[in-house]
Amino acid sequence: MNDALDVALRLLVVFVVFLTFPLIVGQAEHKVMAHMQGRLGPMYAGGFHGWAQLVADGVKFAQKENVVPAEADRRVFQLAPAVALLPYLLVLLVIPVGPGEGAVGQSVGAGIFFVLAVMGVGVLGSLMAGWASANKYSLLGGLRTAAQLLSYELPMLLAAASVAMAAGTVSLTGILDAFEWWWLPWQIVGALVFFVAGLAELQRPPFDMPVADSEIIFGAYTEYTGLRFALFLLAEYAGIVVLCGLTTVLFLGGWHGPWGADGLGWVWTLLKAALLAFVVIWLRVTYPRLREDQLQKLSWTVLVPLALAQIALTGVVKVVIS
Amino acid sequence: MPEPEQPGQTVVVAADYFSSYSVVGLLAVVGVLFVTVAFGANRLLRPAVPTPEKLLTYECGVDPVGEGWAHTQVRYYVYAFLYVIFAVDSIFLFPWATVFSAPGFGAATLVEMFLFLGFLAVGLLYAYKKGVLTWT
Repeated sequence: MNDALDVALRLLVVFVVFLTFPLIVGQAEHKVMAHMQGRLGPMYAGGFHGWAQLVADGVKFAQKENVVPAEADRRVFQLAPAVALLPYLLVLLVIPVGPGEGAVGQSVGAGIFFVLAVMGVGVLGSLMAGWASANKYSLLGGLRTAAQLLSYELPMLLAAASVAMAAGTVSLTGILDAFEWWWLPWQIVGALVFFVAGLAELQRPPFDMPVADSEIIFGAYTEYTGLRFALFLLAEYAGIVVLCGLTTVLFLGGWHGPWGADGLGWVWTLLKAALLAFVVIWLRVTYPRLREDQLQKLSWTVLVPLALAQIALTGVVKVVIS
Repeated sequence: MPEPEQPGQTVVVAADYFSSYSVVGLLAVVGVLFVTVAFGANRLLRPAVPTPEKLLTYECGVDPVGEGWAHTQVRYYVYAFLYVIFAVDSIFLFPWATVFSAPGFGAATLVEMFLFLGFLAVGLLYAYKKGVLTWT
């Protein structure tokens, strides 16, 4: 009975995090972007600095009509947002926020493997949407999504493999247990590659060629309205939360902090992830969108070689010190 | 010499291993329920007034030309191959990564690693030479 209660509690916490953290990141994006551009951002909803803007957006989305184009492949079209969203929920379960069994939804033996595999499923949602819409913009967006997935999945895998080599395990909790502070400089190249490739996989600016609202009208999401469109947006922000959490756990030492505060491990995790989320927003404001060929070039001629070099470095150092 | 494993023990270990995934499965059920409830509630809240114009495929406000599943030339099939080859290779990195520095392996696995990286690098160079990685 106690076990069941424990599991239920964990699931509840993960679910609540899944529903609130993406909104917090979204609201932060509204405000940070606004202030970087010399605006105020939303100020009305909820009274205090427009804190309830995204709640209001959600209410609006839920009341909008759901239009499925007559030409579209109906079932696939309607299912796509769920396929895009749910993988991120599953990944959140296995990300450790603090030391010990108590601070992770469920530690899974195959950690990195599980996470990368499940995150890959999320991209399928965009592909389904792109194809099922039977719209030229959506088709273009879908093809670009596929191209981006093809080129950026590889550096991401290789960079994650480098951490698995350093720690000698693929379990996320195991990696954090093995972490030492000097892994930061040792794995810094891998960290950059992982983070950039993750951004590209989420199709965040400056890697947002597949959605490019000013060129192909949100690509795969052109035909979506109401709640289904909202779920795609939620998936994007849940993706940011997951990517920042994973980068924190794999490369920045997760719950390890400079003063080794035992009870405050989760604060460190949240702090680092929040900082990364800020960087994600910052990059969006700073850089113009990369052209499709520049995107491919960056991955194949910069990120993949860098990731291979990182693996060589990790291997040599690890064998020398052991 | 480690003790030979009892058959019963293996079953328990496997059960432990998969029990962690049962929680993952439960969460997946929660997720599916969430989406179903959201879509169901949405059905009650939203208006449904379809007109032929609304159901038309969007194309900048003009009537759509041809059909949406247009014939396009997919230019990246060559590096799609490249990706498949590399990705399958790098999957095998993970089991290797967990043992390569274990005592007794050391130098041998390191040589293996450089062979592996060499193959990947040569493959990438070859693709580069072939002009797969340049775009017009």
